[in-house]
Amino acid sequence: MLSLEGITDSIHNWLNHALNPTLAMLSEFVMVGLCVITLFAMLGLVLIMMERKVSAYMQVRIGPNRVGPGGMFQTLADTLKLVVKEGLTPDGADHFLFNLAPFVVLSASMLALAPVAFAKGFQVWDLPIGILYVSAISSVSVIGILMAGWASNNKYSLLGAMRSGAQIVSYELSAGLSVLTIVILTGSLRISDIIQAQQDGWWIFKGHIPAIIAFVIFLIAVTAETNRAPFDMAEAESELTAGFHTEYSGMKFALFFLAEYVNIFIVCAIGAALFFGGWMPFHIGHWESFNHIMDFIPSSIWFTGKTFALIFVIMWFRWTFPRLRIDQLLNLEWKYLLPISMANLLLTTFVAIKGWYF
Amino acid sequence: MADEEMNAKGEGLKVKIGEWLPLAQWEEGPEWTTLLVEPASWPEAAKLLRFTPGLDFDFLFCLTCIDWKTHFTMVYHFRSTLHGHELVVKSKLDHNQPAIETVSRIWRTAEFHEREAYDLFGVNFLHHPDLRRLFLTDEWVGYPLRKDYEDPVNMIKL
Amino acid sequence: MKNVEEIGTTEQGELIINVGPQHPSTHGVLHLVITLDGETIRNVEPHLGYIHRSIEKMCESLSYRQFIYVTSRMDYLSSHINNHGCAMCVEKGLQIEVPPRAKVIRVLMDELTRLASHQLWWGALAMDVGALTPFFHAFREREMINSIMEETCGARLTMNYMVPGGVMIDLHPNFQPGVKEFITHFKSKIDEYDELVTDNVIFQNRMKGVGTLSKEDAISYGCTGPTARGSGVRCDVRKLFPYEVYAGLRFDEIIETGGDCFARYMVRMKEMRQSLSIIEQLIDNIPEGDFQAKTKAVLKLPKGEFYTKIETARGEFGVYIISEGGMTPYRIKFRSPGFSNLSALNHMARGYKIGDLVAIMGSLDLVIPDIDR
Repeated sequence: MLSLEGITDSIHNWLNHALNPTLAMLSEFVMVGLCVITLFAMLGLVLIMMERKVSAYMQVRIGPNRVGPGGMFQTLADTLKLVVKEGLTPDGADHFLFNLAPFVVLSASMLALAPVAFAKGFQVWDLPIGILYVSAISSVSVIGILMAGWASNNKYSLLGAMRSGAQIVSYELSAGLSVLTIVILTGSLRISDIIQAQQDGWWIFKGHIPAIIAFVIFLIAVTAETNRAPFDMAEAESELTAGFHTEYSGMKFALFFLAEYVNIFIVCAIGAALFFGGWMPFHIGHWESFNHIMDFIPSSIWFTGKTFALIFVIMWFRWTFPRLRIDQLLNLEWKYLLPISMANLLLTTFVAIKGWYF
Repeated sequence: MADEEMNAKGEGLKVKIGEWLPLAQWEEGPEWTTLLVEPASWPEAAKLLRFTPGLDFDFLFCLTCIDWKTHFTMVYHFRSTLHGHELVVKSKLDHNQPAIETVSRIWRTAEFHEREAYDLFGVNFLHHPDLRRLFLTDEWVGYPLRKDYEDPVNMIKL
Repeated sequence: MKNVEEIGTTEQGELIINVGPQHPSTHGVLHLVITLDGETIRNVEPHLGYIHRSIEKMCESLSYRQFIYVTSRMDYLSSHINNHGCAMCVEKGLQIEVPPRAKVIRVLMDELTRLASHQLWWGALAMDVGALTPFFHAFREREMINSIMEETCGARLTMNYMVPGGVMIDLHPNFQPGVKEFITHFKSKIDEYDELVTDNVIFQNRMKGVGTLSKEDAISYGCTGPTARGSGVRCDVRKLFPYEVYAGLRFDEIIETGGDCFARYMVRMKEMRQSLSIIEQLIDNIPEGDFQAKTKAVLKLPKGEFYTKIETARGEFGVYIISEGGMTPYRIKFRSPGFSNLSALNHMARGYKIGDLVAIMGSLDLVIPDIDR
């Protein structure tokens, strides 16, 4: 059976065999970098296409259907258009920060991709504090958003950026707390450990009540953190035209757009790793034969399936719900989600100490 | 509503308003009960119409101006949401310097309607809180709905 | 080069923002200058006239048959009802008796227009508060009405179907089956509307207690239509001053007393059901006979003043014709519902957030050409 782990291992061995360790490592860096950039582009294309098709089906229409089979190349055509478009910088803008902002946002999401385990043993960097690293890096993107909003010299952008700042800072808390419940259950921050701990069942089943509460909170919080509807206060096109990226055009706009979709992918991948076992196939306790059948499905398929199912849920939110108002949004976080997450954290600790999980 | 009923209501109104405004003049003919007022006595008459129990004309639903070439006529259409009766008030304004007291403090909808009349007819509403052009640009010359208004560029004569 | 501090702030450091004339939620070329303290609105000042065509002046040089068509371009979402009001005013001046068939057709068309307008409003309001999907669902149903209109009137938006003395042409044979099909279809869909939007917690939170307009203020600002009825004012022209066949129909005037956006929302949602019931009562009872009264080729209104009012989807639409006895009106004044409703916007929006302003504007159902004329 074709395994991604086998491929990476053989490349690694072959490089170390052919070159000295430093050169081998450097060439691995280059390869990983190329892979990540390709993944970025592919994710952008696929997710935007998916969003458009999902929204089309919810809105009783067909969606893009002209470019390529079933409209599959529509995003490619759009990207091409954005690349050749002039990237305007407004007259009154702070040129340096204005042009830097999309790269900050993009780099943040690119960095956050590092500890994501795409398949068994297929991971860029399995660092021991993987989960902490992701939540730390994902808050860097707010700096880019604030930068974009401030440097645009546009009041809509400024309002959007301020909203975004308030929102991401608040929702980071519940996202972090809901992640912590799984960390408590697992006892490790390392992503591979967390996934390994779910070998005899995913945490959403093993962790029962506290895990389910944590999952719901996690889903709400990451939707808010990625600035997706119903929490798209930073963009809120009916209020702030386009929020923080009002003044951006061409490729710079496309970078924001891309970063948004990659962020969705990352949070869903993390969510899948925490609650649904990442690449771990669907195992039930010690039903050895059943587990063995499940193992026949490649781990990369398991990972993609779970992640895209979560992405679909987040898209579903967007095309169903109206947007919250900024004060309601903050009320929801500080008055409801945060206390619930804290109580849930206590509950989880109790459950973990008593060993009342499966 | 039957015509007789309307007439009866109109006569009743005339009597009632007559009690408060003994010098009230009425225009004959049109379908509505029409009260004629002098611009000078309009502020008091307006207050009377609005606040007198039994009259209670609280709803100003139409305010407009007519250019009769020799003079302007301000037309106010009132209804009472309490009693359901309706009244038209007309006031004759001078053609050279049309001016009348604002009623925007009594009926707040008048603020916009008066700005419109100012914009299109050039009627000066005294003591209006914010008398500026509403539709046209601030630097527009002339008042388009006047009969003597000519605009060779923007106006199409049929 | 100017910095953010230098432009667009008041002395108190409040931010001044131009909303429009090109803005996603002004639905047209409305220009609002809003003063903000953080996210809180301190003042809203509408700047009008971006689509002002001086229709009143144009009408002064159009004949009594012609001017009706211009009024379709005012409130383009209730163009039938605008046309109807104008036709009624001319009929009043000429004392034309409209045949019963034409009366019923007119009412049917009016109610279909009202439904189409409310559907569009529902979709647009949902879009304003951030839900995009309802817009498409509303358009699916509105499309059916447009097709029905297209068959009979030959146009989908500015129908120009009402003429003095009746309607322009007789109903298309497909009209009755088409409307019946629409009614059965829409009855199930309107429940879906409620499930999707009305019962949504986020939506209710956005609408309840927002943009409150008291009954006294609604009257003072001259609000009419669903805007005023949401504040508890009885102002439905169809009930207060029945025209055509409305006196003989069974329908309720919807009154809500909340005065907030949700009350205005509920008025329109319930009105849609009332309109459906009116259409149901009439669709099988269209009398036979002429669809148009015999009129002279050239209409000349006698010297005098004529005023008619009619209930459009947005409120009371008044036509005031001053005639000098000629072929064209001496002066025409259109009392448009949107204009008065808009004047209350500043009063309603002050103290709320930017997101609320959008919801309030949506709940007022503004059509900008109707305001600017």
